[in-house]
Amino acid sequence: MSTSPASSTAAQHVQFDGVSKSYDGATTVVRDLHLAVREGEFLTLLGPSGSGKTTCLMMLAGFEVPSAGAIRIGGRSVGDVPPRKRDIGMVFQNYALFPHMTVESNLAFPLEVRGLDKAAIRERVRTTLRLVRLEGFEDRRPGELSGGQQQRVAIARALVFEPNLVLMDEPLGALDRRLREEMQYEIRRIQRTLGVTVVYVTHDQQEAMAMSDRVAVFNRGRIEQVASPEVLYEEPERPFVATFIGDNNLLRGQIAGVDGDMCQVDVGGERVEAFLVAPLSAGDAAILSIRPERVGLAPRPGMYTNEIEAGVEDIVFLGDHLRIRCAVCGTEDFIVKIPNIVGHGAVMTGDRVRIGWTPTDCRALELDEEL
Amino acid sequence: MTRMQAAEAGWQQRAGRGLYLAFCVAVFVFLVAPILVIVPLSFNAEPYFTFTEGMLRLDADAYSLRWYRQVLGDEEWLRSLVNSLIIGICATVLATALGTLAALGLASPSMPGRPLAMGLLISPMVTPVIISAAGMFFFYSSLGLAQTHLGLILAHAALGTPFVVITVTATLAGFDTNLARAAASLGAGPWRSFRRVQLPLIAPGVVSGALFAFAASFDEVVTVLFMGGLDQRTIPRQMWAGIREQISPAILAVATMLVAFALAFMTAVEWLRRRGEAVPQ
Repeated sequence: MSTSPASSTAAQHVQFDGVSKSYDGATTVVRDLHLAVREGEFLTLLGPSGSGKTTCLMMLAGFEVPSAGAIRIGGRSVGDVPPRKRDIGMVFQNYALFPHMTVESNLAFPLEVRGLDKAAIRERVRTTLRLVRLEGFEDRRPGELSGGQQQRVAIARALVFEPNLVLMDEPLGALDRRLREEMQYEIRRIQRTLGVTVVYVTHDQQEAMAMSDRVAVFNRGRIEQVASPEVLYEEPERPFVATFIGDNNLLRGQIAGVDGDMCQVDVGGERVEAFLVAPLSAGDAAILSIRPERVGLAPRPGMYTNEIEAGVEDIVFLGDHLRIRCAVCGTEDFIVKIPNIVGHGAVMTGDRVRIGWTPTDCRALELDEEL
Repeated sequence: MTRMQAAEAGWQQRAGRGLYLAFCVAVFVFLVAPILVIVPLSFNAEPYFTFTEGMLRLDADAYSLRWYRQVLGDEEWLRSLVNSLIIGICATVLATALGTLAALGLASPSMPGRPLAMGLLISPMVTPVIISAAGMFFFYSSLGLAQTHLGLILAHAALGTPFVVITVTATLAGFDTNLARAAASLGAGPWRSFRRVQLPLIAPGVVSGALFAFAASFDEVVTVLFMGGLDQRTIPRQMWAGIREQISPAILAVATMLVAFALAFMTAVEWLRRRGEAVPQ
């Protein structure tokens, strides 16, 4: 489990140091977690439900206590700091706006706690509402606002007291698709404007890809990989990451030989060249990961290093591209995505076609038994 | 469906509706009529508990406000009213504070032995009052609290607390725990979080619990019979004495006023309950 090399120039803002969490002592929700969040970074904790990402966020906010390990904010362990003293802005899944208060009172709340005078509060509330583009909504109550507007108020309230760390727990889960995309852009814009560090939790990989500087992929209480969205997509290091981010073909095989960075893998009666990601040697079991769009048709032999004959099981016409399901390498669900430049009728169900790919696009990963 | 079947179904439906109506009327007659009948009787010009001939003829002279005048001018009745109010209000304040705190504690998931604690707190409601009253009498006597206002206030607070626990627990069930977390994340301490966020949202439950607690104290007679001396006579106790010692329609006048009071009271509770439901969560 490696992370992309941490840049030494950016200061570390938050650090999880061997953090574990178990509610009942028997099942572990988060296991021995190490993670560093840099100053001013937008880091997303991505994973399926029950993978431990929200628990991590709640421990960082101080609502849950780690069973082991330490969390540091700004280099200082916060084990004995209660949530209200952590100075962290938090956006909750259901917004958690105070329903009996107006928008202005909601935003003024953290400022009153900090003892600001009335004029300063008024001014700060106004500036923050302008930031989230909700000027003129001061006197409304949350119940009188749309979902997107409530979302903006929740974000404004988490920012109004100028924390330099903001946590967001699936904040866009309740919005429809169009509004969600708009808010993704808005949150990113606000984060860049203020330069605050954001730790964001979501189960939506597209949302994570669209917003984050880096993404930590969670699975069963562990981090599988931490990297930028591009690296996660192009260079998955674990089978789980390869399937969770984008479409992928995963094939089970056996290493036949290793040659530096490259290796030969026997998979379903074929032998293919692959890029060796995990430290495997001949005879080891491996998982091959090949993106559907990196596979092409090879009408003439010799176009690719890896070329295999495949039977076309099914074709889905999607306008700009075709999605072809092939029987090859011991599976009948090998997906090939080709841009629609071949034209309608070039490939038919039942055809035998030659498909191929570049060996560096075929990544040999360690077999994950629990996958 | 043949015409015969249709006719049969129609007949059954009519019979069903008739039975339903009869049942409703019976409920109304047995529950409400005894209360309603005291209202005209309380305006009786004669010192009787029955309708006089003049009353039945709707003769204006047969009606009078004399019993109301008597009650409102009688020192004993007024003293019992003051006693009822003092004991009722103090017991309500105590029960509301204790019951709200108990409900908040019981709502916390980290509270051990929740069902047991809840059961104990609710028990004054299900234990026959005669038992708690007798128990309290012996216990409070040994502490020197029998025949004192404080003793009755404590006793009535114990009887009223379950109402508050139940209504506040019910409101808390709809309370979003994230709101408390949000308040903490914004820097608020527990007291500020309670006063500014939690209390305003559970207020309908607290207030209706308080009204129930007050009603419980205001019409309580058994404990007062055991624990109250002459100086602690409340309205129900005075009525009890009135029925036993001097049968006069003055009691009916008091009863009528109490019914009017109770009606206003329950209307207030219902109004609060609806308002509580309307709070957007």
